[in-house]
Amino acid sequence: MQFRHEILDNGLEIVAEINPDAFSQSLGYFVRTGSRDEVPEIAGVSHFLEHMVFKGTPTRSSLDVNRMLDDLGSQSNAYTSEEQTVYYMSVLPEHQLSALDLLTDLMRPTLRREDFDTEKQVILEEIAMYDDQPPYGAMERAMEEYFGDHPLATRVLGTRQTVSDLTAEAMRAYHEQRYAPNNLCLVAAGAVDFDALVKETAVRTRLWTSVQTHRKRQPPVLRSSSVELVHPPATQQYTLEFSPGPGIQDPQRYVNRILASILGDDSGSRLFWELTDKGLADLAVTYTSEFEDCGIFGIYLACAPEQQNENWERIQFVLADAKANPITERELELAKNKVRSGMILASERPSNRLFSVGNGWLTRRKYESVREATENYQRVSLEQVQSAFEQLAQRPRVRVSVGPESGNTH
Amino acid sequence: MQQKLLQHRLANGLVILGERMPWLESAAFTMMLPGGTCREPAGREGLAGLTLELSQRGAGALSSREIVERLDFLGVERSSHVSSFHTTMSMASMASVLEPTLEVAASILQSPHFPESELEEARQSALLELASIDDDPAQKCFKELKQLRFGDVFGRSALGSLEGLESVELDECVRFHADFCRPGGAVLALAGNFDWDRLLSAIESLFGAWSGSPSPEPGPVVSKPGVSHLQHDSQQTHIALAYDSVPYCDPEYYRGRGIVSILSDGMSSRLFTEVREKRGLVYAVSASSHSLKNCGSVLCYAGTTSNRAQETLEVTVDTIRAVSQGIDPDELSRLKSRVQTSLVMEQESSAARSSQIAYDWMTLGRVPSRQEVLQEIHALTCESLVQHFHSHPPRGWTLVTIGPEALEFSHAVSP
Repeated sequence: MQFRHEILDNGLEIVAEINPDAFSQSLGYFVRTGSRDEVPEIAGVSHFLEHMVFKGTPTRSSLDVNRMLDDLGSQSNAYTSEEQTVYYMSVLPEHQLSALDLLTDLMRPTLRREDFDTEKQVILEEIAMYDDQPPYGAMERAMEEYFGDHPLATRVLGTRQTVSDLTAEAMRAYHEQRYAPNNLCLVAAGAVDFDALVKETAVRTRLWTSVQTHRKRQPPVLRSSSVELVHPPATQQYTLEFSPGPGIQDPQRYVNRILASILGDDSGSRLFWELTDKGLADLAVTYTSEFEDCGIFGIYLACAPEQQNENWERIQFVLADAKANPITERELELAKNKVRSGMILASERPSNRLFSVGNGWLTRRKYESVREATENYQRVSLEQVQSAFEQLAQRPRVRVSVGPESGNTH
Repeated sequence: MQQKLLQHRLANGLVILGERMPWLESAAFTMMLPGGTCREPAGREGLAGLTLELSQRGAGALSSREIVERLDFLGVERSSHVSSFHTTMSMASMASVLEPTLEVAASILQSPHFPESELEEARQSALLELASIDDDPAQKCFKELKQLRFGDVFGRSALGSLEGLESVELDECVRFHADFCRPGGAVLALAGNFDWDRLLSAIESLFGAWSGSPSPEPGPVVSKPGVSHLQHDSQQTHIALAYDSVPYCDPEYYRGRGIVSILSDGMSSRLFTEVREKRGLVYAVSASSHSLKNCGSVLCYAGTTSNRAQETLEVTVDTIRAVSQGIDPDELSRLKSRVQTSLVMEQESSAARSSQIAYDWMTLGRVPSRQEVLQEIHALTCESLVQHFHSHPPRGWTLVTIGPEALEFSHAVSP
């Protein structure tokens, strides 16, 4: 396994984790842009743009693009989050050049108005689809409630209103600003010919010019609140609680991830034994989300509406139990083994390595091999996890609950 | 890379299949047993799933908690589920801990405790899981479709029914386990980085004393056409549609599957192009091949806001029927590239490979090699696909919709 890195004259970075023995390679453009980079009037533009990227370039129609993706036998897709937009393909190594050619071309889409209007309907369908899934609504609302005026409050999909009102011109302006080569990173993993990759990318992007890009970074203003939403067709109650956690650059994140696993992994954790295993809740988990300037420690509960209050009290009790019931060596060992094995198993596919390498580079400009990544968890001490556990007691909390009727949360 | 299927049969009838993948650090196994939901007595829907869940709540020398802790200690990723015909348990781990992982599985399969004290908790978990599907209309739509199409026995959901789950008693779980969790008729498929001879002797000592002959085969599956609508206060109307096709065991399977691939695999597929790309009617539209033993179907899904649901249904059916007018050589060539790539990438995952081996064995009684599958795919021509479509035209339609309004559907009775 070898790591290579190169910056082209136009500012485009290329990174790769090369495994000459791999059966396939994965290739992706990681764009440093997402919903947090949108002003409120264009909320949803990053995600809408991700769809439009597949709708054609000056030399390829939308149908050409789709056909070529399939011609290469590729497994390809894209996603948009709060902080990044990623386009990726997994192909056989002999298709490296064709895959690169297509993906690079896609980064300069035509954004034709007719396609824009049709695709707007698809996005509105996607919003409607999630509207019919109450847990998703709870998640979006919890982000808004926790982040308030902070850019991370912006919904990735936007709203029906902002997407309907969005113009192709506004999208073009956003693209010009955010898809500059210095705001992109080309990432590869698996059986990659790195020298050819660099050479051919340089040829294909020689006319791209860098632009000054900016991302507003600020810590969120912390507060406590509780919101209850009614979604009459829902049958279950879904509750989320967010409190502060370490950000993506903070070494403390390994400690908190281990803590979240011990307290609320979906199997074998304290909440699992206290609620899920007893048949009291469909799901009761804790997890971490990390962003550039902050992070979240999240709790998620899905259960019958009439059991919500009692379950919530049980969760609060488990999370406040640090002094009476400290983390044990055994719990720490199990959590570390789980994380380590999961990472090694996942790393067997280049398509999984692509995201680890790409995310690490985009957020920290740092490469970590699988071994280094697992060692970061092995180093976590019992004292560190216990201390993080004890700190949970003072956390400010934002809670959002969605269910069929009001009065199920207190 | 040379592919070789290793085979062995224990004296008790358990079939052991292996494929070495020495380039991986992992190893995985899939145990498939003939205890599916079709074996549940009427009024006990959910028994198969509840039995599987309970069998993992204490077995051999381990308590329920010790099983979870042991597997976490070993770093095992695991899953288990029931389907119409089978109970399946899969585990994947670092190759170095394959044997201790198998030891845990052997306990669960051969000496579960079935503790009385765990029944109510397992039942409550199952009831919650069943209830949660009501908040996922797309999934619920498929559950209803299978029920309508395959009937009371073969169309049962793995989640069971409210009445069934509430009625199950502990001795019924014990009996279900004794009747269907047997080495006869079961397969243990392993893939990954292991030494076959050493592994076999470990398996012999773990599973050799297990006993039980195969249970009689269930009868044939018959599909039924029909239309049903479930009223739901949702933004979208969810459309689940099925029609007759050839099953996995049919000599013409790859032709039927090839047509589904042209309809639905990849972004240039016909349904994606016609329903989403050209008309913007949906975010999600798909078709897939589905086999229940002798009974093959194509299952389709589309979700769209209600005022466009009728149009979506019509465009979907028209797109399927248009296959009769011909297939473009480029479409066929893309299909072949996709299959070739996915077969190569299958070598990157021991878990995926072990599960495919087990499924093939239980469904076909043999395991086709990558080479054989490739030859089947390369043999497909545009003419053979269209000819297959003419000799197996879409008929026997079943439609289930969930949403604010029912849709008109004229294909239900006419072929």
